[in-house]
Amino acid sequence: MNMPNILPAAPEIFVSSMACVILVADLFLTERRRVASYWLTQLTLVGAALITLRGLDAAPAFAFHNMFVQDYLADVLKLATYVITAFVFAYSRDYLRARDLLRGEYFVLGLLGVVGMMVMASASHFLTLYLGLELLSLSLYAMVAFQRDSTAATEAAMKYFVLGAIATGILLYGMSMLYGATGSLEIAAVRKAIAAMGADNMVLIFGLVFVVVGLAFKLGAVPFHMWVPDVYHGAPTSVTLYIGTAPKLAAFAVIMRLLIGGLEDMSGSWRDMLAIIAVLSMGLGNVVAIAQDNIKRMLAYSSISHMGFFLLGILSATPNGYSSSLFYVLIYTTMSLGAFGMVILLSRAGFEAERLVDFKGLNQRNSWYAFLMLLLMLSMAGVPPTIGFYAKLLVIQAVIGINMLWLAVVAVLFAVIGAYYYLRVIKLMYFDEPDDQAPITAGLDMRVLIGVNALALLAVLPWTGAVIDLCLKAIKG
Amino acid sequence: MLSQHLLSIATWLPILGGVAVLATGGDRNANLARRLGLGFAVAAFLATIPLYIGFDARTHEMQFGENYPWIEAFNIRYRLGIDGISLLLILLTSFSTVLVVISAWLVIQRKVAQYMAAFLIMEGLMIGVFSALDAILFYVFWEGMLVPMFLIIGLWGGPNRVYATIKFFLYTFLGSVLMLVAFIYLYYRSGGSFDILAWPAVKLGLTEQILIFLAFFAAFAVKVPMWPVHTWLPDAHVEAPTGGSVILAAIMLKMGAYGFLRFNLPILPDASHELAWFMITLSLIAVVYIGLVALVQEDMKKLIAYSSIAHMGFVTLGFFVFNAQGIEGGIAQMVSHGFISGALFLCVGVLYDRLHSRMIKDYGGVANTMPVFAAFMMLFAMANTGLPGTSGFVGEFLVILGAFQVNVWYAFLAATTLVFGAAYTLWMYKRVLFGAVANDHVAQLADATPREIAYLAALALAVLVMGLWPFPFLDVMHASVEHLLQQVSVSKL
Repeated sequence: MNMPNILPAAPEIFVSSMACVILVADLFLTERRRVASYWLTQLTLVGAALITLRGLDAAPAFAFHNMFVQDYLADVLKLATYVITAFVFAYSRDYLRARDLLRGEYFVLGLLGVVGMMVMASASHFLTLYLGLELLSLSLYAMVAFQRDSTAATEAAMKYFVLGAIATGILLYGMSMLYGATGSLEIAAVRKAIAAMGADNMVLIFGLVFVVVGLAFKLGAVPFHMWVPDVYHGAPTSVTLYIGTAPKLAAFAVIMRLLIGGLEDMSGSWRDMLAIIAVLSMGLGNVVAIAQDNIKRMLAYSSISHMGFFLLGILSATPNGYSSSLFYVLIYTTMSLGAFGMVILLSRAGFEAERLVDFKGLNQRNSWYAFLMLLLMLSMAGVPPTIGFYAKLLVIQAVIGINMLWLAVVAVLFAVIGAYYYLRVIKLMYFDEPDDQAPITAGLDMRVLIGVNALALLAVLPWTGAVIDLCLKAIKG
Repeated sequence: MLSQHLLSIATWLPILGGVAVLATGGDRNANLARRLGLGFAVAAFLATIPLYIGFDARTHEMQFGENYPWIEAFNIRYRLGIDGISLLLILLTSFSTVLVVISAWLVIQRKVAQYMAAFLIMEGLMIGVFSALDAILFYVFWEGMLVPMFLIIGLWGGPNRVYATIKFFLYTFLGSVLMLVAFIYLYYRSGGSFDILAWPAVKLGLTEQILIFLAFFAAFAVKVPMWPVHTWLPDAHVEAPTGGSVILAAIMLKMGAYGFLRFNLPILPDASHELAWFMITLSLIAVVYIGLVALVQEDMKKLIAYSSIAHMGFVTLGFFVFNAQGIEGGIAQMVSHGFISGALFLCVGVLYDRLHSRMIKDYGGVANTMPVFAAFMMLFAMANTGLPGTSGFVGEFLVILGAFQVNVWYAFLAATTLVFGAAYTLWMYKRVLFGAVANDHVAQLADATPREIAYLAALALAVLVMGLWPFPFLDVMHASVEHLLQQVSVSKL
């Protein structure tokens, strides 16, 4: 009997083992040395990145009876996840310490969430997909509730859990229908079966509807977005930072594996569904964000609208479209990371810079940070020359490529509406007088990282072509 | 080596200069920021001079070309080049920026480095707009320019600046995004190219052409601005600091007109002919109606803003009569208006710095206390009315000449501007500068300082040179305009 080949899953195995190690090691750390858990976590991510890099560019490799695949797309998504999560932990450290939340469990849960995302990226089987999704979701529920004395956080965790569980149930129900229709849970086999039986099978279409609904829940797209503002708002900002960034990459992975890998032949059916969801998300997200006075809620609605734009690339159902969505989601996570990072930066012990007015006069308090936030906001609004513009350009190009001109026009009009609330943040920072004169303090690593994070939106410009090529390669294999 | 990258240098030198000025930090180093700003502005101006010297006026081909791959997957290139149309506008841009930096020397005391940097960065972006030959590159410069202007109006503007600047931004942003959709559409129709020079060869049906025309119109008409999408301009002008008004009037408005020349006419010849009546009607409404609106303004900046709209109506009128006089007149009018409106805004700035009012009724008899200044302003006021011998005459005369060949009534209505223009400009001049000294504030006015004389004299010289000897200005554009006319006369149907 041969040993099964588990090498393709080496990064996942490494990260989950390290999560266990940190969990145990943390027990023996005194309060003063607690930061060691943080460094161990960062080391884990570096180690995982090295392992993933070693296998990069290899031919796709399967493991666990074709339930798990390691290919270029999975590797790119995993590497992006490591980088984003490393930034998230770095931004969170001082924030957590100031609120007495710096515990080993936080990092363990974070790492387990990373494992969940990695599994999702590598799933080639419905069950693997479900496993990764649940691992991520359960970690997130616990992280939202991490600040247990905060009623807002508890409420948010409860909402997140209930709605998340429903969404998972719906997704699972859809998968079971697909299983019933095709007789297989393995994505490649499902694809073959659909090709053989034709796409207008009633059970298949029912299954598809449930799957799309479940995915829309996870993405936070209208009309399944209700949890997003409350969770973003209620969770501690460091957790919001986590939820608002890397899981979007994982959601892209699920869509790639499930909707495109397995159900691409049904694109005629899901294109219209996604088009409706995209228009509603862009519309509602951008319009309601205008009414917010809490920046976390505003960014939550902004994330809803970005998911609408993101879906434009997917629904075009072409390789160029998928790669434009991958590009979009990579850029979006970078922007979201920076924006929530700025909220953390302006907060301090006993003070959460959550309200929009807390950004008033930032240019006078610290013009460097104001400039970074300016870049982040412009990029989110899609104003050139920041990279956010290219993200929007590519998805709109994908939509026009399939002759859905009306959708492109709707999208750009909503982008203009959206520009208003990003401009309002700039207005508060630059044109208003500060209420708060407290100096903004941050550790050296935080200052450097947030600078790198925001400037990357501009500095990447000459290499935009290379990043897009990378996305194309990830999609086309 | 350097000579192959003249356009890149002209574009990026001011932007890098802006970053360097920003690096001087807070207002403690204000003097350093001013000197550095002036140094870079002058250097950027000098960097554009070789473009004129080395320019070959005999050909319509794009010159000083640069062409590098940028985003290869979508065939987006870093492609620059200029012809006789863009050359003058680039020179106008770098020239105006120097004056703006000088005019802000003592007036701006708050966040000096950011002010200087914003203008330098904007200069680079505007030169980029005029030299970009790739549609996406063009769009990036075109939109990127909004950001510094947004900050300039919002940070250093008047009391209602926030309203004005957000209106300015959203208005122009809304126009531009439709242009972006049209760009992408053309990309697919041309078989995957964003090359502006390749687009005139793309076959397009009439309906397609008209829709694309309207998408372009949304972007360019807002920028020009044409009636009825001009309403952002008076607000933005009134609230902007002097430098912002100068750049808005002298350069930014020209971008819309430039867009019509670069995109609408050559790429959409049939739609241009089909919709010429529409463009001409809007232009004539701007000339006549906005001229009348200018007459009743009580705020000097608003008056000049409306006068700008009327004069830009002349430009678009010239373009859509489709003959050499009309188009060359339109371009000459763009350049001349750049000098004159810039000068008039600087004149209002000189008064505003002293009395902190732009209202005509707060002045009167200023000529008694500021004779040198009054002489300069007289020249610019006369130029604004199109007096022969000043630059304002050249463009207006050519446009009227061009309009005559198409329809006498066009020419007749356009010529009313000579009456209205004279009426509103000279009446304002009379109320502000002539008569007895109106109040104690005016009695205490000090005449123009050497610095103010310097920049007003530079503009006066430009106005006179162009008025008396327009040959060097018109000569460079002949070949390009000929080529453009040829493109617009060939139907694609």
